Order: sequence, then C-alpha cells, then structure tokens
Amino acid sequence: MTQQVLNAIFIGSIYALFAVGYTLVFGVLDVLNLAHSAVFMLGAVITYSLVVLHGLPFLPAAIIAVLVCGLLGLLIEFVALRPLRRRNAPPISALISTIGLALIFVAIVEQATPGTLFSWLWQDGANSVRFPSGTVPNPTYHLGGLTIEGTKLGILIISVVLMLVLGYVIRFTQVGRALRAVAENRRAATLLGINVDRIFASTLFLSSALGGLAGILFGLAISDISPYIGRDQVELKGLAVIVLGGMGSIPGAVLGGYLLGLIEVLAFVRFGSNVEAGVAFAALFLVLVLRPQGLFGARLRERL
Amino acid sequence: MDFFIELFTNPVGFYNQHELLIAQIGINAILAIAIFVTFYSGQLTLANAGFMAIGAYTTVIMSLYLPTPLPVNMLVGALLAGLVSVIVGLPVLRLRGVFLAIATIGFVEALRLGVILNVPITGEGQGLHNPTADPLGGIVPILISLPILAYLVWRLTKTRLGQAWSAIREDELAASSNGINVPLYKMIAFIVSAVLAGYAGALETHINFFVDPTEYGITRTIQILTFAVVGGTTNVFGPIVGAVFLTALPEIVRQFAAYRDVVNGVILILVIIFRPQGIVGRGGLAIIRPRWWIRWRARERPAAAH
Repeated sequence: MTQQVLNAIFIGSIYALFAVGYTLVFGVLDVLNLAHSAVFMLGAVITYSLVVLHGLPFLPAAIIAVLVCGLLGLLIEFVALRPLRRRNAPPISALISTIGLALIFVAIVEQATPGTLFSWLWQDGANSVRFPSGTVPNPTYHLGGLTIEGTKLGILIISVVLMLVLGYVIRFTQVGRALRAVAENRRAATLLGINVDRIFASTLFLSSALGGLAGILFGLAISDISPYIGRDQVELKGLAVIVLGGMGSIPGAVLGGYLLGLIEVLAFVRFGSNVEAGVAFAALFLVLVLRPQGLFGARLRERL
Repeated sequence: MDFFIELFTNPVGFYNQHELLIAQIGINAILAIAIFVTFYSGQLTLANAGFMAIGAYTTVIMSLYLPTPLPVNMLVGALLAGLVSVIVGLPVLRLRGVFLAIATIGFVEALRLGVILNVPITGEGQGLHNPTADPLGGIVPILISLPILAYLVWRLTKTRLGQAWSAIREDELAASSNGINVPLYKMIAFIVSAVLAGYAGALETHINFFVDPTEYGITRTIQILTFAVVGGTTNVFGPIVGAVFLTALPEIVRQFAAYRDVVNGVILILVIIFRPQGIVGRGGLAIIRPRWWIRWRARERPAAAH
C-alpha cells in the first residue's frame, strides 16, 4: 500500500506539472489552451528524436526540447490566440483554434515515417517507443521494503522544485506581479503601463515549456512515447486536475494533480485498471456539477 | 479532379464506387445537425459522441438479444439517448461556456471508459459484432433521414421554440427577463440534439459490421465540432455543408489523405480567424469577399436608390 501511495505521488507530480501550465494560461488569458497536450507530446518526441536520431546526450536534448516547446507556446499565442483577441472573439473561439493547432501537431508526428517530410523529427509513425535503456542512469534504492527508482525520485524532486520556483516568481517578482495584475483585470493593467501582449506571450512560453518538460518526464518514467500520449494520457486528465483545484488556480492545480494521482491509484488497487481509466472523468463531472469553483474553494482561486 | 469529373459524367458509377463515403457523409451531416441545435441555443456541448454511443450500442444489443425489428431498435436507441440526456442535462446545463464544454467531455469519457468498458453486455473493450449490418442497404435510411431531419430542424428554428433559442443565444439575461424559461429551452435543445446524435449512432451501426468503443471518444467529438464551426451555425445548412465538405475532402485531394488532420486543423484555424460565421454564414456562400467587391457594392447601392 505504501508503495502504491508512492506511485500516486510520483504520477501526481507529472499531472501537477502539466496542469500548472494549463491553468496558468486559463488564469491569465481566460482561454482553455487545448494545444497544451500536443506540446506535452512534442516535448517527449523532440527529446527522443534528439537523443536517438541525432545522437545528443539526454540533458542537452531535454533542455533544447523544453526551449522549443516554449517557442511553440509563442506560436500558439501568435497564430491561434492573438488574432482572435484583436477581434474580441468569444473565449470559445480560442478553444476551437487551439484544437486546430493540436490536430496539426499530432498529425505531423503521426504521419512521420522514414522518408517523409518530417522524418528528421520522428520516424515511428503512430507507434509507441521508449528511450534506449541507459539514457539516464536509474539506480534503484531499497528503503524498508519500498522500492524507489532513481528516475522517479528525480522526477518528483524536479517537479516540486519547479513548482516552488514558479510560485516564487509569481508571488514575489516584478514579472509575477504584472502577471497577476493582468489576470485580475486586463484593462486596469494596461492603464498601469503593463504591456499586456508581452505578458500573454511570456505566459504561453512559460506554460508550454512546463508542459513540454512534463512530457519529457512522462516519456522517461512511463516509457511510452507516441503521437497520442498527450491526447490520451493527459489532455482530459489535466482538465480534471484543474477543475478539481479550481480553474486558474496554481496551488489548486498542484494539489489537484496529487489528488488525482491518489484517486487513480486507489481506484486501481480497489477496482482494477478498467475503473481507473474512468475515475478521472467521473471526478471531473462530479466536481463541475457539485462544486464548480473547485474542491479547495474560492480562497485559492484568486491566488494565481 | 477525377472525383468531380466522375460525379458529373457518371453519377451512377460514382454512387456505386463511393457508397460508403456517401453513407459516412450522410451520418456526419446528421451529427452536424445534432450539434447545430445546441449551438443555435448558444451552448457549446460536446456530449454528442456519448449519445451516439448510446444509440449505437442500444440498437446492436437489441438486435442481438431481442426479436424486435431493426427500425424499432434504432428508434429505441435514439429515445434512450434522449432519456439519458435529461439525466445528464439537469445538472450540467447550469454551467456555461468553457465549463459546459469540459463537463460534457467528462460525460463522454466517463461513459466510454467507465461504463462501456466495464459492462459485459457491451463487449467491453472488444466491441460488438453487429448481426444486422448491411453496408449497401444501410445507405437508404440515411439518405432518406437526412433531408427530412434537416427540414424538420430548419422549420423548428422558425417556430417560437427556435426564436427562444436565438434569444437565449444572443443574451441569456435579456431572454429570461422577457419571460423565456431559459433552463427549459436549453434542456429541449439538449434533448433534441441527443436524440439526433443517438439516431445517427444507430444508423451508423447499420453500415458498419462492428461497434467499437474507441469510435466514441474525444476524437469523434472534436470532429463533430469541426463540422459545425467550419460550416457555420447561422442556419442548419451550415453544419451540413461543413460535414459534407470535410468528409469528402480527403477523397477529393487523395495526395493529402494521410495529412487530413493537418488540413482539417489549418481549415479550422483559418475559418475561426477569418470567417468566424463559417462557410455558410451571414453574407451567403462567399468564402472570400475581396475588398474591391465590397467597395463596389457600397457605391452601387445609393445609385440604385435613385
């Protein structure tokens, strides 16, 4: 059982890392960025490609991939979000245009086989691959009957540290204050001399970089990299997480991520893997219906 | 190009060769009508793939275990989808905008992963073999249903009910202060949409030999949404045009068939940015109206008034 809780914490930290980026965009721009899961997938795919196809060591490959994902965030902003904002389109339009980008990203990877246009990025089509063993050292620790894998421990530490750093940046730095001001009231922020467009662009960069990193960690730990990991593994679960925690709330997303990890592991232990898959959506549905402000209430909500 | 040449020079041969495509176009058009009804009442609900699943599974399970004739099974499937929509709609329709969209996606996936994959009678992950499948005969009811349903929904939008939906879409608060029972009319739209989607699901089992749970997930939902957005939701013909266009497109440009999702994504983004009212929106069928045309029209009008 303790081992299961450990697994919950570990998968929860990947959910949390993914959901923090998701919720950040919702909190600041008021749009749901459904291309976030495609960026998550591309984070894993780009790292894999740099390591396996281009022979880079893992660490530089991961750093490049995170930066590329950040740039993809800018692409999302400039292609799918900014033109709509210029026109004062309803927020639903942005949801649809980001779906369009997600379709494109997934299809490009899915169709990439040797000899095609994107074979430099991906060569395995719709198949699932994994990093070659030994890409990252993975010592196993035994601690009083518990088995802890080094990579999973590393992932836990990396995500917790990153989320703390993010929390610090948003609460105590100038950029963070500007970000919260824009989230609170776009118009007032403009009047105070904040460059709102620049804040939006940096939000997308930050959010997508985090999403890409979550993808890399997922690919490393779950050993499953395919064009569909974003769509099938985290897109809707990420939604469940940010709904659990209250949409737009970063502490909520972190708590929601760990909570979902825990719920899933408990459902798995108690009812088996078939129920585990549906439990996130049942939770999502129930929370939206019974408590749309999120489990932790409005108090966390305003604290981006 | 061959596609069009054949369509006009040899319609019978074209029909025989593309029967399955035509059937799929018909089903997608009915699905597009289904999502149009909720769009028309101002709600973005993404539950249609779930209602489709209910219609499809009910039809096939009844065909497998009951002696009832197929049309009855299909009707029961559609009505059961409507019944479930009442149960789902009561709590969910209180939500608005993005939250409504998320909750309905949650319903679709909870139904698929939580119920269909766990109840033995649905064949769980294996899916169900459909004993009554008849790919060629199945086209007939589709081609008959589509114009009838399109006409009915088009008439519906012209009635008081349709006007109430328009009013809610334009301004919910104003509608309710004018005495329109907003929750009731939203619910009616949701039920009509669910029955249509359930019926489309039932029709589809008729041309497929197999009911497969992976068919009724988020991908399907997004596909249906794309029809409505690209076609436009000003009137019922927009989503139908969207469905026909996007379903036939991979066949028309075969060389891009593998990249159909890239093409779909690009079209979706272009439409939402440059023509938010869809292909068939206010302003007629024109996809692009060049600036000189608009200027010319503007100059022409006062002259005509003299």
